[in-house]
Amino acid sequence: MTELTYLQAISAALWEEMEADERVLLLGEDIGPFGGAFKVTKGFVERFGERRVMDMPMSEWAFVGAAIGAAMLGLRPVVEIQFADFIATPFDMIVNQAATCYYRWQAPVPLVIRAPSGGGLRAGPFHSQNPEAWFVHRPGLKVVAPASPRDAKGLLRAAIRDNNPVIYFENKYLYRKVKEDVPDGDWTVPIGQADVKRRGRDVSVIAYGSMVYEALEAAETVAAGGIDVEVLDLRTLLPLDRDAILGTAERTGKVIVVHEATLTGGVGGEVTAIIAEHAFELLDAPLVRLAAPDTPVPFSPPLEDFFRPNAVKIAEAVRKLAAY
Amino acid sequence: MTLATAVRSLTRDDLHTLLYWMRLTRAFDDRVRLLYNQGRIPGAAFSQRGHEAISVGSSFALGPDDVVAPMHRDLGAYLLRGMTPRRIMAQMMGRVTGVSRGRDVNTHGMGDLSLNIIGYVSPLPDSMPLAVGAALAFQYRGEARVALTYFGDGSSSEGGCHESLNLAAVWRAPVVFICENNQYAYSTPLSRQLTVENIADRAAGYGFPGIVVDGNDVLAVYEATQAAMARARRGDGPTLIECKTMRMLGHAYHDDGSYVPRDLLDEWSRRDPLLVYERQLRDLGALTDDELAALDRRIAAQVDDAVDFAEASPWPAGEDCLEGVYAL
Ligand SMILES: Cc1ncc(C[n+]2csc(CCOP(=O)(O)OP(=O)(O)O)c2C)c(N)n1
Ligand SMILES: [Mg+2]
Repeated sequence: MTELTYLQAISAALWEEMEADERVLLLGEDIGPFGGAFKVTKGFVERFGERRVMDMPMSEWAFVGAAIGAAMLGLRPVVEIQFADFIATPFDMIVNQAATCYYRWQAPVPLVIRAPSGGGLRAGPFHSQNPEAWFVHRPGLKVVAPASPRDAKGLLRAAIRDNNPVIYFENKYLYRKVKEDVPDGDWTVPIGQADVKRRGRDVSVIAYGSMVYEALEAAETVAAGGIDVEVLDLRTLLPLDRDAILGTAERTGKVIVVHEATLTGGVGGEVTAIIAEHAFELLDAPLVRLAAPDTPVPFSPPLEDFFRPNAVKIAEAVRKLAAY
Repeated sequence: MTLATAVRSLTRDDLHTLLYWMRLTRAFDDRVRLLYNQGRIPGAAFSQRGHEAISVGSSFALGPDDVVAPMHRDLGAYLLRGMTPRRIMAQMMGRVTGVSRGRDVNTHGMGDLSLNIIGYVSPLPDSMPLAVGAALAFQYRGEARVALTYFGDGSSSEGGCHESLNLAAVWRAPVVFICENNQYAYSTPLSRQLTVENIADRAAGYGFPGIVVDGNDVLAVYEATQAAMARARRGDGPTLIECKTMRMLGHAYHDDGSYVPRDLLDEWSRRDPLLVYERQLRDLGALTDDELAALDRRIAAQVDDAVDFAEASPWPAGEDCLEGVYAL
């Protein structure tokens, strides 16, 4: 076991995969001597050299496309998009090329795109977004969004070893805020498996990314009032773990889905639809979605606090649902 | 040093106006850095030091009806265009009296069409096609107006840059592109971004003129922009002006910029745009010590006033978040 922050866990997974597999290389802006905007790749160029830690000019469309081409030809590139918000620039390459090559002509694209996402940092509309739903709507991609250091490490490993394009959303808010013991050695967290982060009988809160911690905090708050909350961390958003989602719905009969991304067209809609379709008879109350309102991410602290779901808002929703 | 011929077309008042905008830009930016470091400006703020002659010299060439789409190092253009220090400082602090009413961060989203300013988004160089589109609107209505926009050396590698330059060429659009070559894109030096000596040389590939100017010489920037504006207004199409300069501080104020070689900064600090211009004015006999001191006092008072105004301004109410996603 080694105690790692969320950020260190990501770095460790990259480092160990690069040590183990010569085919793994990194591409991104300012990832070399600078170590990346968030310092995830600090020290990497010194260890692995410029051949494997490649500073990119500002050309996301081209270097994501190049990573796809290189992946087809036997490399396993990991691309860092400096902020998830800028993933819109290479969007075409991801959704049209990477997502469809295997289906159309059986060319695997073993590519990982790391996209630091999320708000709560007063970073405004273009350094705070959670664009995961854009990609969840794209068959052929896999989408993961770890919350804990352990999952961050295990899922990144799994993503690098996967033969498909994986969009890896890492939450900036968590980088240095969370820390835990992470097992050493060679293991992965399989893509496609959710994880119950807290067992409970009364209400299920299904979350991912930073909202897992807000949900856990809310669970502690309402526990004092006798409400027993289960927290399911989705971890992977595409493909969703239907069994785990239906399992928690069955256990509590009352479900809230929480995400930091905006409500309409969000992952919450898909999760609640799965429950409504397959577990309707097991429900004791209407399904609840708690998400950011349908606006851009505002900058000013009072606006962003209103925008972003948090433990207080989750606790309020849990109490209401428990009383239903 | 030879003075740009621009001097001949400028009055003493004009020369002092340029000095005022440059020194206001510097003083405002210095204050922003201080406030950011004190935690009084949330989020982030981009350094302007080294870019004052570019933003001021180029936007000084705009006519009242021309449109400008400034970027993150063009504080001078916003100020010169009539965006008040009060509104900009309140924007930096996320207050309701700021340009975006607390919605966007630092110089992002500081658009105001009543001042003929188009605001920018973070993804670069996304203002370039907007300027081309503004030029299209002018052409469409037969107006003798010009659009001016900016992009960095780093942004010059984006596909959107090339598409915009080509589109402007095909349409012979009345647009002026200013490339602010400050030798770095965040931590990435020019040597890792491109292999050509001058970004302006690329203009030939699109079929319009590309010009290199000293970006630390406000008069040279003004003169080149003035000529490009005239050309665009005549219907002869776009021009690319590459202004060579140096980003003298970090990318933004969270970044100490320690990856930039010290001697490079030392060399460029001797060519500081404010120093260069002060020297030019003194050589022309167009500036006295008293005048400069009075100007700086006036500027300091203005910046103080902007900070007082911003800090006395209310924060937005949380639920304001929901208002105004769609135009009526
Ligand atoms: C599409 C896109 N990718 C990455 C970024 C992150 N980013 C912000 S500024 C910057 C460097 C910009 O360099 P340059 O264009 O030279 O302008 P400068 O900041 O030097 O003035 C980068 C990489 C961005 N804003 N947009
Ligand atoms: Mg630059």
